[in-house]
Amino acid sequence: MSARLSRAWAILALPVISIVLSVIVGSLVIIFSQWLVSGELQPGLAFDAYSSLVSGSIGSERAIVSTLNNTAPLLLGGLAVGLGFKAGLFNIGVQGQFLMGALGSVIVGVQLRESPPIFAIPVSLVAGMIFGAAWGFIPGFLKAVSGAHEVVTTIMLNFVAIAILAAAVSGPLNVVGSASPTTLPVGNASLPVIIGRNGTIALIYAPIMAVLYGFLLFRTTRGFEIRIAGASPDAARYAGMSPRHLIIWTMTVSGMLGGMAGATDLLGQTHSMATSYATTVGFDSIAVALLGRTSPLGIVLAALLFGAMNTGASAMQIQAGVPADLVGVLQATILFFLVVSPVIKKIFRLKGAKTGLEDSATTFTATYGGEATIR
Amino acid sequence: MDQALYGIPVIGLVFEFIGYLIAIAPIIAPIVLKASVPIGFAALCGVMCERSGVVNIGIEGTMLVAAFVGWTAGVYLVPVLGSDPLPLFGATPTLIVALLLAILAGVAVSFVHAWLSISVKADQIISGTIINIAAFGITGYLISLLSISSPEGAGQFQAWHPPQALTTLPVVGWLFDTILGQGPITIGLIVIVIVFQIVLFRTRWGLRSRAVGEHPRAAETVGIDVIRLRYRNVMLGGVLAGLGGAFLSMEATAAFQPGMTVGKGFIGLAAMIVGRWTPIGAFGAAVLFASTVGIAQSILIAPPSGQLGDILISLPPQFFDALPYLVTIVILAGVVGRSIPPAADGQPYEREAAT
Repeated sequence: MSARLSRAWAILALPVISIVLSVIVGSLVIIFSQWLVSGELQPGLAFDAYSSLVSGSIGSERAIVSTLNNTAPLLLGGLAVGLGFKAGLFNIGVQGQFLMGALGSVIVGVQLRESPPIFAIPVSLVAGMIFGAAWGFIPGFLKAVSGAHEVVTTIMLNFVAIAILAAAVSGPLNVVGSASPTTLPVGNASLPVIIGRNGTIALIYAPIMAVLYGFLLFRTTRGFEIRIAGASPDAARYAGMSPRHLIIWTMTVSGMLGGMAGATDLLGQTHSMATSYATTVGFDSIAVALLGRTSPLGIVLAALLFGAMNTGASAMQIQAGVPADLVGVLQATILFFLVVSPVIKKIFRLKGAKTGLEDSATTFTATYGGEATIR
Repeated sequence: MDQALYGIPVIGLVFEFIGYLIAIAPIIAPIVLKASVPIGFAALCGVMCERSGVVNIGIEGTMLVAAFVGWTAGVYLVPVLGSDPLPLFGATPTLIVALLLAILAGVAVSFVHAWLSISVKADQIISGTIINIAAFGITGYLISLLSISSPEGAGQFQAWHPPQALTTLPVVGWLFDTILGQGPITIGLIVIVIVFQIVLFRTRWGLRSRAVGEHPRAAETVGIDVIRLRYRNVMLGGVLAGLGGAFLSMEATAAFQPGMTVGKGFIGLAAMIVGRWTPIGAFGAAVLFASTVGIAQSILIAPPSGQLGDILISLPPQFFDALPYLVTIVILAGVVGRSIPPAADGQPYEREAAT
């Protein structure tokens, strides 16, 4: 029993310490920045902010359902980034894949708004997945063929996706006569509510995707190839795997998950799309994948944490007067402490603790020049 | 019009478009140069870091923090230092101090990246990504706190007006007007590009920096302190990124918007690769990427006549928003395989254990 406990602690120690440290840093940021702006020192403000953050995210049944709803896209996005990490690919393009996925699902969903839900919902969801997959395929293909690093191409594609979305919503998808450009609602293609006031079916299929992700990585040949290619591209090549093929495959599936996240948000939450449609899921999911150390269970837990923070943020802004953007600061500091975990390990004398990032993610920079994988 | 030539649909249109570009070149040149400044500084920062072996994806975030600090420092310093313009560039004491603080902010953020990638030996792309996420989060949080009281900024640097004798010269007059009729940071970029090119390839520091980026072990054996040089160069890169950020909030505009760098740091990295890790090449690529902005503006204001104009006008305006990013992807994919980075780029350096 104590052996199992100490193993669990070895895995959890650094993420937990990172979260605790970031809460401390966050309270310093709240108190200090408020002091700079208003000239009053209010040490109690940090407590108010955190308590409203917690009660706004898990304080009531309604808050919990909102948290779960916000968790689902983050979970899917985290899986998208995590899959890339496992293969040594850094998909910063979940942002764009999310937007394209939402766009794909709204295009089809509006067409099918009066069809039977049993047909409209899966088709719209799959449309979003296909759009996302296409948006992941492009950087994968470019990397495999020309060596253009995915970090630059996916970021560029994020901005292209924003432009396409704006063009589509203010052009062909715009409802005639609306004050500001917006699409029709998706009607029957909306995800059905199964829990509470608005807990959608995504609360079921998102965790299933996490299980499939684990199955793919640890129980299939393709998953084995992905992990080998991520750990050592040379070994993968020596064993006769095709790095080019793996890069394209992984980026496409990763994009598909990103697209599914977008479709989930659109079909489950907003139901229609305005030109202002935007998201922070893309960048949050990088943090989720890192905090979850790319493991399926870890990503689920990290997504829950981030989903709760994003849900409680508005309550914090209203009740404590601390801008909701503070959540971005907290998430960034968690990441920062994770990355400096070798240093933290020394300071807290955690000999056995796993530093996470080093074993799962060592090859991004190695492929940066565009040569390492392309031979 | 020569119907025979324009009878071939696609080729005719291409020629017509090239003709249009040549005609508008002198007119859009100042716009293009302005648009190239943040991309150019980001690219130079990339050259500075990567020539000595450190990959810096965090340039975007570094610029964002510098832009924020420059503008915010202006807000706080205006009551203290006043806003009496000096004779040149409309610079006020406030603006000058704020610019220095913006540069300092760039250096500070770069120091974090240097520490993470050189000392902690974190994956450099993850380190840079965290800097981007943190910069976005922290500036977003602080700007929403600050803008509650909608404060007055310190204004912005003004363009210089070069003497008429220069700008009205035949043939090259527009070039003087383009380069000299700009604010101090833009003119500074051109000076820095030239100086950096010479210094990198003609001085001892340049040789050492390149050695550390190509073969740090060999550099160490001849007595170069690899770690120290890398720290120094990454922080010098922070000066460049700081200038690029300050340009956004103190020269191009007089305000800070959350996320106002909109990917320029990343376009800068692409420009660095296309420019083969040389200052002049990187700047040239930055101008190339920035030219899409000028062309797009020109098409919106004064589209070409005839069939070509009809086609261009019928495109959705968002197409032109996406153009810089599309062009970056296409050129990067075409060039990257033939562009060879410094050999030790992105590899943390381990000193050999003393025996």
